[in-house]
Amino acid sequence: MKHDIIEKNIGLMGVLIAIVVSFAGLVEIVPLMFQASVVEAHPNLKPYTALELAGRDIYVSEGCYNCHSQQIRPFVDETLRYGHYSQANEFVYDRPFQWGSKRTGPDLHRVGGKFSDDWHETHLLDPRSVVPESNMPGYPWLAEQMVDAEQVDAGMKVLKEWFDHPYTEEQLANAKADVEGKTKMEALIAYLQVLGTSIPRSYK
Amino acid sequence: MKTNFNDELVKKFALVTVIWGIVGMLVGVIIAAQMAWPALNFDIPFLTFSRLRPLHTNAVVFAFGGNALIGTSFYVVYKTCKANLFAPKLASFVFWGFQLVIVAAVFTLPFGFTQSREYAELIWPIDVLLTIVWVAYGIVFFGTITKRKEKHIYVANWFYAAFIITIALLHIVNNLQIPVNWHLSYSVYPGAVDALVQWWYGHNAVGFFLTAGFLGMMYYFIPKQAGRPVYSYRLSIVHFWALISSYMWAGPHHLHYTSLPDWAQSLGMVFSLILLAPSWGGMINGIMTLSGAWHKLRDDPIIKILIVSLSFYGMSTFEGPMMSIKTVNALSHYTDWTIGHVHSGALGWVALMTIGSLYALIPKLWGKKGMYSSNLINVHFWIATLGIVLYIASMWIAGVMQGLMWRDINVDGTVVYSFAETVKATYPYYIARFLGGLMFLGGMFIMLYNVMKTISPKNTNEEIVGEVA
Repeated sequence: MKHDIIEKNIGLMGVLIAIVVSFAGLVEIVPLMFQASVVEAHPNLKPYTALELAGRDIYVSEGCYNCHSQQIRPFVDETLRYGHYSQANEFVYDRPFQWGSKRTGPDLHRVGGKFSDDWHETHLLDPRSVVPESNMPGYPWLAEQMVDAEQVDAGMKVLKEWFDHPYTEEQLANAKADVEGKTKMEALIAYLQVLGTSIPRSYK
Repeated sequence: MKTNFNDELVKKFALVTVIWGIVGMLVGVIIAAQMAWPALNFDIPFLTFSRLRPLHTNAVVFAFGGNALIGTSFYVVYKTCKANLFAPKLASFVFWGFQLVIVAAVFTLPFGFTQSREYAELIWPIDVLLTIVWVAYGIVFFGTITKRKEKHIYVANWFYAAFIITIALLHIVNNLQIPVNWHLSYSVYPGAVDALVQWWYGHNAVGFFLTAGFLGMMYYFIPKQAGRPVYSYRLSIVHFWALISSYMWAGPHHLHYTSLPDWAQSLGMVFSLILLAPSWGGMINGIMTLSGAWHKLRDDPIIKILIVSLSFYGMSTFEGPMMSIKTVNALSHYTDWTIGHVHSGALGWVALMTIGSLYALIPKLWGKKGMYSSNLINVHFWIATLGIVLYIASMWIAGVMQGLMWRDINVDGTVVYSFAETVKATYPYYIARFLGGLMFLGGMFIMLYNVMKTISPKNTNEEIVGEVA
């Protein structure tokens, strides 16, 4: 084949580049959108309540994903340490996903119910007061700042209208009232406490 | 010396590359210190690690790397096409628009405005601005190629072209969002699909921004500095098409053993292994360009930087496929090994290629015979290289140690170490990494001094007139 032809025609070269780089996405990503185990919710999974959603936005905003994964791999040590391995159908209401890529701190996918609300608050205010070896920053401002109720209200509507997350009319109507007067700390803890709870941490 | 618009614009890109490089690496050194000494977070929101880390990655990748890529691509395309840049006003807009994106990042990321998509954290309004700037960039670059006075499009431009087209595709697909308000948006993809879209993007930000684009830089500056033609024309063709077609498939290796279906993981692993060949094709083609002129490695510190950069490229593109093997990844994933791997590519390949190319380019742009001090280039080379070695060696040890400690199981079926114990064991390596990063940053200050001295109007005695590309 004569590469000369491509080297002398930038239009042709551009088109060929675009074609060549498109295959992978079409083969790897598009079928995933139709694979039931990936896009259909686990029977126990519920969409995030207003307070949990507010907490999730704070988790994203503070950048927790930089140090904590939410993805337990199917290895003995991981299921011992963190609980049942993660399944795709537990994440269908996660936009964006928060699987993370680095564990400077432990995995959080099944942290829900593992510690008390008080423990979380103490830990978020000053991590080394409960875990002396920790290099996690403190997040004391979360206890002082309030949740943005307008944002939660708008966020839930987007999730319902665009992505059909199964919120009831009542949940949507009460969104603002549910988070009014709550601190960011309360919201974040509510989110942490629901993480991974649609499956038991371990089966006896 | 006569000035022309093209050179004046590239000068701006060259200077901001050095400045943003220092800013981005300084933030890197700060967050490295925070990992070793967490008190340095000071309980101040915008100085907190989790908010600064995205600022570091975005600043070094897009501000330092991006300005280097756009600037050199304008230089290379206008030189090799023997044509002035197409649409000069649009080209100026690309410069100022891109700086505006960077400044917008500085004023959003530390204040908690983020999408949390790694290396695509910028909130949606900035994404829109970046899209506009990128389209303008494409128009200037491809417009210049259509105006060319040479029949053949030079190989460096193939790589820049692939970089520009593919980054546009990746940026748009990965950032499909529904806005909630002016800063918050929700992804159109649910959980596991979102994860794969993001890592398809993330891996190819490496593959096209940090690899294809920089190979374009390599294909111009190494032959130019060595005064030799590219080693093998045939190899450039083969490895170009092989590289851009296989890179896009490799994203799922960031999601091994996760809830992503196995078929996608395995496909990602296979293509990651295949990637070794085209990657090394580029390295071999670059290094062998020196055949017949090996003595330049001794005499010319710029060549030394460029060739060591290619060596780091070879090492990290060997390590990458190895880490994409599922059984290796089971150990390395989530650990600091990944951080070490990234930096052997980012500091060793990307930053050294940029530094070497700028040392070659800056004297030409300002009409000087060479850099102000060759000795300082040498000092920069050594402090940077030793810094990289300290950085990646400490992260290798830390990563393998973490992986082994996490998976250690007692005979009674309980885990040997708590997570906190593995953090405690890592502190010495975090300190070593901080020192390695500090050395690399120190090298950048030496570079800044050398550049300022070179371009200073006081440095007049070395001007050369009528130099032709």
